[in-house]
Parts: sequence; C-alpha cells; structure tokens
Amino acid sequence: MSTASSESTAAGRKAPAGERVADWADGRLGIYSLAKANMRKIFPDHWSFMLGEVALYSFIIIILTGVYLTLFFHPSMNEVEYHGSYVPMQGVRMSEAFASTLDISFDVRGGLLVRQIHHWAALIFLGAMFVHMMRVFFTGAFRKPREINWLFGFLLFVLGMFTGFTGYSLPDDLLSGTGVRFMEGAMLSVPIVGTYLSMFLFGGEFPGHDFVARFFSVHVLLLPGIMLGLLVAHLILVFYHKHTQFAGPGRTNKNVVGMPLLPVYMAKAGGFFFLVFGVISVIAATFTVNPIWALGPYRPDQVSTNAQPDWYMGFSEGLIRIMPGWEIHLWGHTLVLGVFIPLMVFPMVLAAIAVYPFIESWVTGDKREHHIADRPRNAPTRTAFGAAWIAWYTVMLIGGGNDLVATHFDLSINSITWFVRIAFFVVPVIVFFATRRICLGLQRRDKDKVLHGRESGIIKRLPHGEFIEVHEQLSQEQLHTLTSHDQNKPYEVGPETDENGVQRKVGRSNKLRARLSKGYYGEQAQIPKPTAEEYREITSGHGHH
Amino acid sequence: MSETGSHENVSDEKLPKEQENGHGAVAGTDSPFADPGLPPHEPRIQDVDERAAKRSERVVAMLFVVSMLATLGFIASFVVVPVDKFVYIWPIGKIGALNFALGTTLGVALFCIGAGAVHWARTLMSDHELADDRHPVAADQETRTKVMDDFREGAKESALGRRPLIRRTMFGALSLVPLSGVVLLRDLGPLPEDKLEHTLWSKGKLLVNENTQEPLRPEDISVGSLTFAMPEGLEEHDEEFQREIAKAALMLVRLEPEDIKDKRELDWSHEGIVAYSKICTHVGCPVSLYEQQTHHVLCPCHQSTFDLSDGARVIFGPAGHALPQLKISVNNDGFLEAQGDFEEPVGPAYWERRA
Amino acid sequence: MKKLSARRRHPLAALVVLLFALAATGGLYAAFAPAGEAKADQASSQSLAIEEGKKLYDVGCSSCHGTGGQGSSDGPSLVGVGSAAVDFQVGTGRMPAQQPGAQVPEKKKIYSEDEINQLAAYVASLGSGPIKPTKSQYDPSGADIANGGQLFRTNCAQCHNFTGEGGALTHGKYAPGLGDVDPKHVYEAMQTGPQNMPSFPDKVMPEQDKRDIAAYLKTVNSKDAENPGGYKLGGLGPVVEGLFAWIFGLGALIIVAIWVAARTAKAKKS
Repeated sequence: MSTASSESTAAGRKAPAGERVADWADGRLGIYSLAKANMRKIFPDHWSFMLGEVALYSFIIIILTGVYLTLFFHPSMNEVEYHGSYVPMQGVRMSEAFASTLDISFDVRGGLLVRQIHHWAALIFLGAMFVHMMRVFFTGAFRKPREINWLFGFLLFVLGMFTGFTGYSLPDDLLSGTGVRFMEGAMLSVPIVGTYLSMFLFGGEFPGHDFVARFFSVHVLLLPGIMLGLLVAHLILVFYHKHTQFAGPGRTNKNVVGMPLLPVYMAKAGGFFFLVFGVISVIAATFTVNPIWALGPYRPDQVSTNAQPDWYMGFSEGLIRIMPGWEIHLWGHTLVLGVFIPLMVFPMVLAAIAVYPFIESWVTGDKREHHIADRPRNAPTRTAFGAAWIAWYTVMLIGGGNDLVATHFDLSINSITWFVRIAFFVVPVIVFFATRRICLGLQRRDKDKVLHGRESGIIKRLPHGEFIEVHEQLSQEQLHTLTSHDQNKPYEVGPETDENGVQRKVGRSNKLRARLSKGYYGEQAQIPKPTAEEYREITSGHGHH
Repeated sequence: MSETGSHENVSDEKLPKEQENGHGAVAGTDSPFADPGLPPHEPRIQDVDERAAKRSERVVAMLFVVSMLATLGFIASFVVVPVDKFVYIWPIGKIGALNFALGTTLGVALFCIGAGAVHWARTLMSDHELADDRHPVAADQETRTKVMDDFREGAKESALGRRPLIRRTMFGALSLVPLSGVVLLRDLGPLPEDKLEHTLWSKGKLLVNENTQEPLRPEDISVGSLTFAMPEGLEEHDEEFQREIAKAALMLVRLEPEDIKDKRELDWSHEGIVAYSKICTHVGCPVSLYEQQTHHVLCPCHQSTFDLSDGARVIFGPAGHALPQLKISVNNDGFLEAQGDFEEPVGPAYWERRA
Repeated sequence: MKKLSARRRHPLAALVVLLFALAATGGLYAAFAPAGEAKADQASSQSLAIEEGKKLYDVGCSSCHGTGGQGSSDGPSLVGVGSAAVDFQVGTGRMPAQQPGAQVPEKKKIYSEDEINQLAAYVASLGSGPIKPTKSQYDPSGADIANGGQLFRTNCAQCHNFTGEGGALTHGKYAPGLGDVDPKHVYEAMQTGPQNMPSFPDKVMPEQDKRDIAAYLKTVNSKDAENPGGYKLGGLGPVVEGLFAWIFGLGALIIVAIWVAARTAKAKKS
C-alpha cells in the first residue's frame, strides 16, 4: 500500500492533504487494511439493536462526568465542620467526602448538573445493559459464535453493579452509609473469614477512616479499567462476528443486510450518542437524583426509612429482606445463615442467566453458527425461562421495596414479605408455563396466518346468507419470514439395548439431556410449522377467492 | 461486499440464489416459502422530490443552529445565573435555577446535534440496503493443521515435555510468586481479635442523652417515650466517635414493669426503664422504629422486628437473635448508669460469636 | 414586663392559663377556686369550656373512650393524655375515628377550633397531661435548621424518612408524611406520642430542639421548599429514582431509538 501511495506522488500530481495524512498514518499504522474491512461494514437496522448503544453511550457519559467529579471530590473520611453555602447543614460534622460533595452540589457552578448526569446515567447504564441483555437472550443472539461475548456482556453488567455500589457510597451520606453497613454485616456472616474480610476492607472496625478512599480507587480505577477492557473486547467481537439480524426476505444466516458504517450508521450511531447525552442532561436538569444534602452525613447510629440501594442492587435487597433469621450455633461458633444464604443466592441468581447459553447448547446439541435472531415465540422454552427469570428478579425487587409498596398501596409490610417469600418459589414456575403457552399460541397464530392468510377485516356476505371474513394471502416475503425458523427434533438417547440385546450404557447426563431436550422440542413445546405441502393443499382447496 | 438494488455491479437475481444454498432452504426453489430475496429499493420522498430534500437539508441545518444557540445559552447561564438562585417552574416547583438552565441548554445543544445527524442520515444519505457476506468463524482444516503442527513443533523445541524438572519448578515458581501480592494485603487492617465484643460501656458510665448531651435521670424517661443515649465521655468530635457510636448506641424506653415478660429483662431494667442496643443484630442498621403501644421495634432496613417487652426477641424478619440489653441502675446522684458492658457482642452475628 | 403584657393580650393567653389550671389535679383546682376576681372569671369560663367540652365529648367520643374518658375496648383511656393530645388528634382530623384499622388516618377535621379547645379543656380536666403549646413554643422562625436536621435524623428519620416523607411500620401501620404539617401539630405529636409514635418529652428533647425540628421540616419539606436538583420525585430515595430511570429515562431513549432505526417515509405508498 505504501508503494501505491509513493507511486501516486511519483506521478507528480500532489494528492489532497487529507489523503496525504491518511497515507502517512497508513505507513505507520496500517489503517487502510483496517478500513477496507470496516469502513463500509454493514449494520442491520432495528431499534432493539440500539439498546447496547444506549449502554455504551451512557458509559461514555459516566466516564466524562466522572472525570470532572474527581477534580472536586475529596475521597477522605477526615471529619470537618461544614461551613459552605447549604444552610441546613451549617456547622454539622461530616466527612470531607460528604462536605466536598455538598461543595460540588452548591458551590461549583454546574457541579450539581454533572453529579446528576453522572448518577442518572449510571441508573440508565445498568438499565440499558439489562434490557440489552434481555434482547440478546430472547432473540437467541447468544448462540454460537457469540457465547463468549455474552459472558463479556454479563461481566460488564455485574461489574457495573459493583461500580455503581462503590460510586454511590463515596459521598458518605446517611443512605449509602447504611448500605455500606449492610455490606459489612454481610461480610461478617461469611464463615471463618468474615471478620477478617471486614477488618481488612474497613482498615479496622466499621466504619473506620479508610473505606471511602479505598472505594474511590476501586470505583474510578480498578472496576472502570476492567470494564473498559471488557467493553473494547465486546465491541471488537461485535465487529468480528457481525451483527445478528431478524429473518426476512434476502436475510440469511450467511449474510448481513443493513446500512454501511460510513456514512449512514456513523451518522445514526454518532447522532444517537448526542441524543442519549441530551436526554440524560435534560433529566438531570429537571429531576433530582440522590439528594445527599437532604440525606445528611453518615452516622452509624442514625438511619432513615426507605433505605434502599440503587435499583440494580435491589434484587439482593429483596433477598435479604425476605430471608428468615436463621442462625446455627455450633461448637462456640455462629453460622449466620440468615445473611449468608442470601449472600450466596445473590450470585446464583445472576449465574442462572449467565450460564444459560451453555446449558441450551448442551441440551440442544446445536453446534451450528446462528446469525438469524430468533423470534421469542419460536423458542418457547427459552423465552419461558427468560420470562421466569425476569419474574423472579422482579419479585425480589418488590421484596427490596416492600416498605414503599406497603405505604403506597396501603398494605401490611409483613404480608408483602410473606407474599414475596412464597412468590420467590411460585411465581417463576407459573410464569414459565404461562409464557410457554403464550408462545405456543402465537406459533399457532403464525401457522394460521401462513396457511389461511391475514384477516383483512372485510366482511363478505355469501349468496346463501353466511357472513365470512375475507382472508388475504400473505406475500411470499411474509410467508418466508414466518416459516424460515428452524425446528429441531428432541435429542434421543436411543434404545437401551443394542441389536444383540446387550445392555447399552447410557450415562445419567445423557438421560437428563434427552429429557431436557424433549422439554425443549417435544410436542408440548412447539407447534410444527406449516409445510409447503400443507400450504399448497389448503390454497388449492379454496383458491377461489 | 455485495449490493442489491440499482447498483451497477451486481445483478438483482444473483444475491438471493447465493443465499438460498447457504440457508438449508425449506424446500426446493418452487416452495411457496422460498426466500424471494431482498425486496427492491423504494425511493423516499427526498429521493424523488428535490424540494423535499431541500426541506430536509434545512431542518438538519436548523437543528445544528439551535444547538449552537443552546451552547451560547449554556455559557450565558453559567455566567449570569447565580449558583444559589431558585426559580419556580410549573409544575415542578421551586428548583435550582442554574442547574435547570445549564441542564436544559446542554441537553438541547446535544440533542439537536444528534437529531440533526440522524435526520440527515434518514432522509438524505443513501438508504439502499446492502448485504455483506459472513464467513465462518472457525478456521478451515488446513489452517487448523498448520497451527497444530506449529504448536507441536514449538512445544517440542522448548523441550518442556522432556525436561520435567524445569516444568515442575517453573510451575512452582509461578504459583508461588502471587503470594507476595497476597501478603502485601495483610496490612489493610488489623486482626479482628476481640474488637467486636466490646463497646465503650462499662460499669458506672452514665447514660448521656444524645439530644441534650446531658446525663439522664430515670424521671426523664416516661412511659411511651423513646430516648437515645450514648456513653458518658464520648464526644462527637472524638477521633473514633463513629467507630464507638456504631457499637455503643443505645435506646431507652420505659415499660410498666408488669408488662415485661422476660425475667432477665426485668432484672436488668430500672423501674421499668430498659436499655437496648440500637444496632440491629441482622446487619447493623440502627433499629429504632419503636411502636409505643405494641412495644415492638422495627428495623427500617430489612424489617426485623423485636419485642422490647420480651427480651427484645425477634418476632419477624431476618435477624437471627435478640437485641443485646444493657444492665442499668441509678447512681447515688440519681443518674442512670451502666452496670457494665453488654454481655454479648452488639450488632450482626459473625463466625467467632459465641451463641 | 413588656413581654409578659404582650403575651397577656395574645388571643390564646386565656386558654393557656386555663389549661395550666386544668393540668392540676382536682384538689389543686379546688384550691384555685377561691382566688382573686380575675382568676375566678377565668375559672368560670374554664368550667364553662369544660362543660361544653363534656357535651361534645359525650356525643362524639364517649362511645369508644367511655363516658368518663376511662377508655373501652374500642379506644384508650384519655385520663392524663392532656390538651395537647386532643388538639393534635382532633385538630388533624384523626379523631373522631371512622373505622377500626391498623392506624387512624389523618383526614379533614370536623370540629371547629373553639370546639376543639372545649374538648381539650374537658379531657385535660380528667387528669394532668401535656398542655397544648403556645405559638412561641413551636414557632419555627429563627430556629437552628441544621441542628433540627441532626435531631431529625437521630430521632425521627428512622420512621418518617430523611425529609419527613413518611414510611412503613409493622402490620399496615405507618409513619405519616410530614410535608406541610402545622408546626403546632408536629410539636404536639412529639410531646404526646399519638397512636404508636413514641413521645419525646421536653426532658429528653427540650422545647428549643422541637422548634429546630419544625424549622428543618419547613425548610426541606413544605410546599415552598427549595429543591436544588429539580423535582424531587417524592423524596423517597432510590426505589423511585430507579423506577423513573427505567420508565422515563430508558423509555425516552427507546422511543428515540425507534425513531433512529425506523424506515423513512417512502415516496410511494405500498
């Protein structure tokens, strides 16, 4: 390539300045080969494919505003007396962390705005990651070759949760301090090493003088650093795998149909960054988030009702609230199950969704690459599992906000807690079966539409007086779209004995796999999609209209 | 990369066929469900009507101009609006003027750039759908063989397999070296020892009212009231105030002695005044939602409920054991005093805690 | 002197003196009776008030609290609750209660100010208790807001939330929101401990502290409170913030995304 550029200069005609800069850079960075593969890269257009972008852009916004906040924030727990401009805190003793957050809010012009953008963007970041993850889940976009990227995304979500937690704990206010206290209590519940963990994290007994500074470096350096690395890897893989697309005419497993990166996607995606930033700015201008001035500085003997973590930690709050207070005393030791069990269920809730792709690929034995996004109804068992998981998560969120549910719906907090305790086990099961039935119903409707056409809404009176609705045949595009999904056969273990009557060894895991596979693809779990023969038979039968 | 529609290089028919064979087609090409291929490109209004395109151009430019104006507005608000000014915005109420001005102008400035770019892309840039081929991620057999051979060659040349002494010592060294990092973490904090077992309370310490900083007398505490106390000598500006109050915080209520169901509670009370740790035994929130008619105290964090008339035993929620009670009496000057420290560690349970 | 005479002309002055008198036991009351002319006057107006109060009481309260205020299975004894309790309960409309439940809610008050005073006088005559405060006792103007905030977080926030938005208690009971509650009622509630709320008598929370708390509440939670960051979303903390971020934040962004990804209008309708 460098020879080509030297040739063009040798020809005597001077290339435009931009080209010359590009040539210079190419000679050192090889940008042309990169651009050749990527400049006109195709991205399919669908709004749900932009949820990940919302997450990406809010992450960038968080980094930009976060850097600004570090310029003013003092990550220190030294006690000071406040004498800034917020009257209701005059003379109150507080940590420097809290005082500097008040200064950011009331003395730095625009500081409050940046703080609120940072916090709103964080709430939206986690929410966007969540819905993005659900989009990927329900469309089966985690299947081969994207399992690793699913895990990267999942890790980003989990790290985002902890970055959020360490972040909102920094101002050392009464609400977040209560959260940190909870964290200390949770650490203490860990058998054998709990007290050591707590002493080491807090530099002694709670609250000590260290945790803000330590959370600060975790919040601004360690976790965002790892997240940035994962994010880059995530994006590289998105580029490398090329985006999935929904089924449709001309869209196959071997191509990707959409708009090129330059210019359409660049304008749309780049513009979308500004749109996201703009929306979050307006929200931050008009809606308070985490008003630490109203919460007051942390004191371990003070507390407020409505003490909840930010939403993404809410399901763990629910877990801890609904757990019965089990404690086992053995040989002079205490096993604090009432806290330790929720602490262990917490990662299991997350792991349930994280490992799902691997379970599905094991059950289905599917080794093919998948680039066509499933419609959720066409994978009823997966959709049902995802819906059940969301229901489970939501039940725990309700548990985490039980006091607000109680006051706003005039209910007893004790009844809500009992409801959540039962719902924790029951609701996911109900939602699982209900969702699967709904999916099957939708599959039947699709089949109907393919075979009998679309209800046109036109009522026709037949000569003998009967009224019928005219059905309009679908176009070939629509027929193709509705029938192009795969339908697998359940995995069979095979006969227990071989042809010679000798007992064949069938591993327990194989049997389990066969059972699960039947659950996935058995008769109860999918409606056979219409065949071309069925279609021809029906259309030739009453082809008269 | 291939393109459909009116592009000159690729014929319309070529692409769908290419896709068919890769798709494991439903049936033969005569199937009613066969992939008809990408639909032909339909022009937008802007593609056929230059006036519409001009209109779009003007909208985009207008959005960019609005953004510029909003940025100027941002700078102007920054300079003009005082940081402590409030403004009434219906229906929100009285809100910070600077925050509102800066946020809305910034928001508009950013949003209009985005809206302009997207409108431009949607209406004026080409909307021909293009198709790009995918290639399997996995390498072909030839590449795979080559990589495996190279690896075997390299591994053989390293002689790692043939010289177990090197192999084992190397793995040994590599697995030991991170220990240094772990050891370095040791000084993050002290060892727990018995730190969690003691509080500032000791025999003879007066109970000081948190509100007035005055020592409390029994007659200050009436039935149905709630009082928070801390040990005498603890001051808010003490270096370790936070650490100590986190363990020593106390709540005092007076019950009718005949209402006290627990014998030890009665013994440790003074004229029906009972002193309990304010720190929840679940995870350490200050429990103090005292219901004076039921004598129940609720924790706002996780709803553990304790019955103060019955040894503060847990009657609901996730706490595992009762709140510790502080034994109190009255000294010669008529002030309430502690009869010693709590007999059990306050706050959340932990492994070393004896039942 | 000047101060005292100014207070004597206060419309409530007579009532205060009256209530002070009522706070005494019946025996003390008897001892007051033969005193000077002015006092005799007051005493007679006071006994008139008690009489009127008793009539109101018999009609509106006795069915639950008993004919002599001794209480019944439906309502607690009112002996010794004091005029402050009556002024709070009736003045906020909680009493008379409409129906049994976990907690008697605040509602529109049905007695006039005069009637409440008469009821208070009657109930106070049943036994000494906290006396309805004068304006100087609860008036928040000039009080120390910051100290009030500290006190509020120590004594009140656990039930009523950081800025007095209210919160849940056990079995359907709740701590009500304190937005725009009359400082007098805030004062009386702390003084008397209505329903399940514990009391905070002057000995553990002096009058000045109560004024500070009222001042803090007025600053952070009233209709003309200033919200530096914008609309405060109920002041209920992260649950509402999370809901908002999901519904309006993410919701708005998804709407924007739908616009970005949508097909542009075609020239020809198909």
